[in-house]
Amino acid sequence: MSAAPVLQIEGLHKSFAHEVLKGIDLVLQPHEVVCLIGASGSGKSTLLRCVNLLEYIDSGRVVFLGQDMNSPGIDVDAVRRRMGIVFQAFNLFPHMTVLRNVTLAPRKILGLGRDEAETQAITLLERFGLADKRDEYPDRLSGGQQQRVAIVRALAMRPELMLLDEVTSALDPELVAEVLDVIRELATSGMTMLIATHEMSFARDIANRVCFLEEGVILEEAPPDEIFSSPRNPRTQQFLQRIIAAGRL
Amino acid sequence: MRSTLIALASTVVFAVVVVLVVSTSPGWPEVRQQFFNGEIFRDALHTIPSAFVLNIKIFLIAEAIILVFALLIAVLRSLPGPVFFPLRALAIGYTDLFRGIPTILVIYLLGFGVPALQLSGVPRGELFWGVAALVLVYSAYVAEVYRAGIESVHPSQEAAARSLGLSRTKTLRYVVLPQAVRRVIPPLLNDFIGLQKDTALVALLGPVEAFRQSQIEVASSFNYTPYLVTAILFVLLTIPLARFTDWLVLRDRRRQLALGAAR
Repeated sequence: MSAAPVLQIEGLHKSFAHEVLKGIDLVLQPHEVVCLIGASGSGKSTLLRCVNLLEYIDSGRVVFLGQDMNSPGIDVDAVRRRMGIVFQAFNLFPHMTVLRNVTLAPRKILGLGRDEAETQAITLLERFGLADKRDEYPDRLSGGQQQRVAIVRALAMRPELMLLDEVTSALDPELVAEVLDVIRELATSGMTMLIATHEMSFARDIANRVCFLEEGVILEEAPPDEIFSSPRNPRTQQFLQRIIAAGRL
Repeated sequence: MRSTLIALASTVVFAVVVVLVVSTSPGWPEVRQQFFNGEIFRDALHTIPSAFVLNIKIFLIAEAIILVFALLIAVLRSLPGPVFFPLRALAIGYTDLFRGIPTILVIYLLGFGVPALQLSGVPRGELFWGVAALVLVYSAYVAEVYRAGIESVHPSQEAAARSLGLSRTKTLRYVVLPQAVRRVIPPLLNDFIGLQKDTALVALLGPVEAFRQSQIEVASSFNYTPYLVTAILFVLLTIPLARFTDWLVLRDRRRQLALGAAR
């Protein structure tokens, strides 16, 4: 791949009460899908939140589309609008209809007119089978529908990178598939994505590369076939054995 | 049906007992003459309701200003980060001060104190300072109500808005405040019921509103019935707002129950 990387993470450290990320290095090329796997508390979510600057980083560099996100004077809002994030708990705005959830940022940030923003939103909603929900409020939707709306809301800003933070973890099992299908479609359409997930078979399916995180370190980084069938690191082996024992792979 | 009958019967019994106790009390004839004089009541109806219009004006003007001013205080108080410490401190100091001083003192201090300074360009009207005092006192309470609402909006809402690229101000404007205000409407209305009553305190500075007018009537007739008229007017004004508040609370609870059942 000759194009410049979408995202470069170098020596990223982040501490809260204790150190959560202990030197993360990661590069995402355009159209790449990278999955982060690892136990809860291994630092997957924190890593995504640091990339989005929802958390300040202690040291290291995050370079997004050639811009060092920690350089002084950077316009955080300008960076964020080119990078979508979808959360485990959907976080839709409960006081707005689906359509307003999706059009808020394009209208208030990109300055799109109401008609233009709504046309664009409806196209996206149709693409993901949500057109008939446009006038509903989020609390009338199922978890799967809410999460798909959250994805559409992020896409409406035409992001160049999508960060997905365990987007199916809060869903009832029967609703997981519809959300994963949406992400598959995004991958097919060439979206660059960094995905924290507990869905191993999904990761195996969709990822170009899989990173195994433990205690704030990427212990192993490999193509999915390699990491799932012949993991090198003993910790990765243990983790995957536990997953297999739990019937999740 | 049965419970309605029981409620009706017990209410009737209760009312009869109260009426009996009051009307057989030794001072009742005197009290009836002094407080429930039909003739004076009718006379008072000619003057007091028109004075009561001033109470309603004071209330409406003060309320409109309070809604905006208190929101500003609440927003100042929820500004994050060390840079904004002075503004936060100012907001905290303000709410502490004006919730601490009795309303009646604020009215006296502002209403008699500020005009006495004889500053040019500063209004001297009693009405102006009466309304200002009510605004200052009630904004302190209402700001706290707003703040409770702002803090009840989960941080993940802010994270979602910021992650889309919305600035802090736009996040507040479009995501946090609309949810916060919606949640605190019942307690907000409760404070306004208090404000409606306290418009009578402005009389202390001189403007002839309903309470002041009834004082005048009492002084000329040596009879307390005009106070009763004023009391009834205040009750008539506050009851609709109180019922409206109840209805809002009930509607919210019903909606939540309905959603809970749907899950």
